[in-house]
Amino acid sequence: MDTQKFVIRQISIFSENRPGRLAAIAHALGEEKINILAFSIAEANGFGVVRALVDHPERAHDKLLSLGFNVAFTDVIAVRMKDQPGGLYEVAKILGDAGVNIEYSYAYSGKEGAVLILRVDQVEEAIKKIKNSGATLLERSVFH
Amino acid sequence: MKSWDPRIEEMPKEDLQKMQYKLLKSLVYRLYSFSPFYHDRMKEQKVHPDDIRELSDVKKLPFMFKRDLRDNYPDKIFTSTQEELVRYHVSSGTTGKPTVVGYTQNDLNTWTTSLARALTSLGLGRGDVIQVSYGYGLFTGGLGLHYGAERIGATVLPTSVGNTERQIELMQDLGATAIACTPSYLLHIGEVAEKMGVDIKKDTKLRTGILGAEPWTDRMRTRIEDWLGIKAYDIYGTSELSGPMFTECMEQKGFHIWSDIALVEIIDPQTGEHLESGQKGELTITILQKEALPMIRYRIGDITTMDDDICACGRTHPRIQRIQGRVDDMLIIRGINVFPSQIEYALMAIPEVGQHFQIVVERKGALDDMLVRVELTKGSFSDKINDLMQVQQTVEHRLRNSLNVNVNVELVEPGSLPRFEGKAKRVIDKRSL
Repeated sequence: MDTQKFVIRQISIFSENRPGRLAAIAHALGEEKINILAFSIAEANGFGVVRALVDHPERAHDKLLSLGFNVAFTDVIAVRMKDQPGGLYEVAKILGDAGVNIEYSYAYSGKEGAVLILRVDQVEEAIKKIKNSGATLLERSVFH
Repeated sequence: MKSWDPRIEEMPKEDLQKMQYKLLKSLVYRLYSFSPFYHDRMKEQKVHPDDIRELSDVKKLPFMFKRDLRDNYPDKIFTSTQEELVRYHVSSGTTGKPTVVGYTQNDLNTWTTSLARALTSLGLGRGDVIQVSYGYGLFTGGLGLHYGAERIGATVLPTSVGNTERQIELMQDLGATAIACTPSYLLHIGEVAEKMGVDIKKDTKLRTGILGAEPWTDRMRTRIEDWLGIKAYDIYGTSELSGPMFTECMEQKGFHIWSDIALVEIIDPQTGEHLESGQKGELTITILQKEALPMIRYRIGDITTMDDDICACGRTHPRIQRIQGRVDDMLIIRGINVFPSQIEYALMAIPEVGQHFQIVVERKGALDDMLVRVELTKGSFSDKINDLMQVQQTVEHRLRNSLNVNVNVELVEPGSLPRFEGKAKRVIDKRSL
C-alpha cells in the first residue's frame, strides 16, 4: 500500500505568547496568497506553537523563514469522521487498539464533513490500521 | 615582526620595576606640587611624596574613583591647560554624568605606542588591512585603534559603526585581514553576512578580531573563532586610561599591561586591601605617563585577576585576565552576587539557545525575580511543546546551578532580542529600592 500519499505536510511555527504574533504570521501568509485550511495553537509557558495546513507549504515555510521565524515541517494525517455522536470514538479506538499514540490533534471542518488532523508517533502504522478498518483517510492532494 | 619594542617588552622584571618606581616617584612629586586635587587628597591620607621609597609604597597613596571625575566635570582636575591639549574624548555617561578626558600630544603618543605594541603582539603589521568598526568620535575606540593601526604600518579601513551590509562589502572588496569592534557587533556582522550569502570564512580574508569594550567570555571566543574562522583577541581599556590600550598576545592568556605605562594592582573592592597575584578582585591602575589627566590608584571597577609570570611569548610585563564583571554591573539577587558574564558563560554551553540574551530583574512581593530571555536557535525548534519545555527547563537548571539563584527562562523567537552596535545593555533592572 502506498502510504506516502496520505502523509500531509503541516507547517509548525514557534511563536512568543504576546499580542500581534499570530497577526504577523497570518499577514505574511496572506501576502503570499497562501490559504490556511486548518489551524491550531498550542500554548505553554510564555511561548506557543502555531500549526497549520496550507495549500502551499513550501512557499509558506520559505516566506516565514525569511522573516526570521522558526519554522518546521511535521508529518500529519487526516481522517474523515462521521459528524455525529461517537464519530471521534471510532477513530480514536482504532489507533488506541493498534498501540499508536496520538501526540496531538485538531479538527477541521472539511468541504465534505468533519476531518480530524492527527500527529501520531508511528505514521505508517496508523495509516495502515485506519485503512484496514475501513475508515477514510484524506490524501495529501486534498490539501496541497 | 615579533615585538614592536623588544627592549621594553622583554626587559627583565627587576629593571621594569625599577623603571616603574622612578616614574611613580616623579609622578607623585609632580602632582603633589602642581595639582591642588592630588595635594589635598594626599594630605587627607597623611602621605607625602617622601614616603614613597619603593614600588610597593604605592599602597600608601589615596584611591581615585569615577565620581572624582564626575565631581570635577568637565576639566577641574586636568593638570594641563587647554592650550596644551590636542584632543578631548567624552564618555557616554550611561551610568551617570559624562566624564571628559583631555590629551596632550604626549598622551596621544603614549596611547598609540601602547596599541602599536599590542597590535604587533597579535601578529599584525605592514600588509594588514584593519577594519576599525568601533565608533569614531567622542568614544575612544575608533580613533584609538585608528592611530594604533596606522603606527604599525597597517592600512586602516575606518568604517566606524553601522551600515553593516556596506561594512561586509568593503571587508570583501578591500580584503580586510583584521577587524576591531565589540564582540556583539561582530556577531551581528556574522548574522548579516549569512543573510547576504557571504561566508566570512571562505569569502573574506578576515583572520583576526580585536574585540572589546564590553564583557565577553572564552566560550563566546570559541564560538566566534569556529563560526567565522578567525582568531579573536580581547582588548582592554577605558576612556579614563586614554581608551583601548592593552590586548592579549597570540597566547590568548590575558592582557599585557605595559609596565612603563601603567602600574596595576588588584584590591579587595570592599576593604581596599591589596590582593596577591592570582586572587580575584578590583583592578586599580596608576597611569605612570600621563600629562593632562594623571590617574593614581584609579578604581576602574572591573573584576579580574593578575598574573605576574613571564608569558610564553617572552614578554615580561604582568597580565590581567579577561574581565569577569564590573563592581557596578554586579546584580544582587536575593543576596547573591550575579554577574551577567556568568549567565553568558552558562548559555554558551547550550546549543539550543543563541548567543543573545536579556536579563529582567523585578521585585515580586519581597523577593527578587530574575527572568532570562533567550532565543531558540533555528535548528532546535521542535513542533512538540514537550521538547520546547524541556529546552526551557534545561536552561533554567543550568543557570540555577551556576548562579545559585532561581531563574525563570523565557524562550523567544530568533532575532527578537535587541542587538547592540556599541556596548551591549543586557540587563533591565525594574526594582525600585
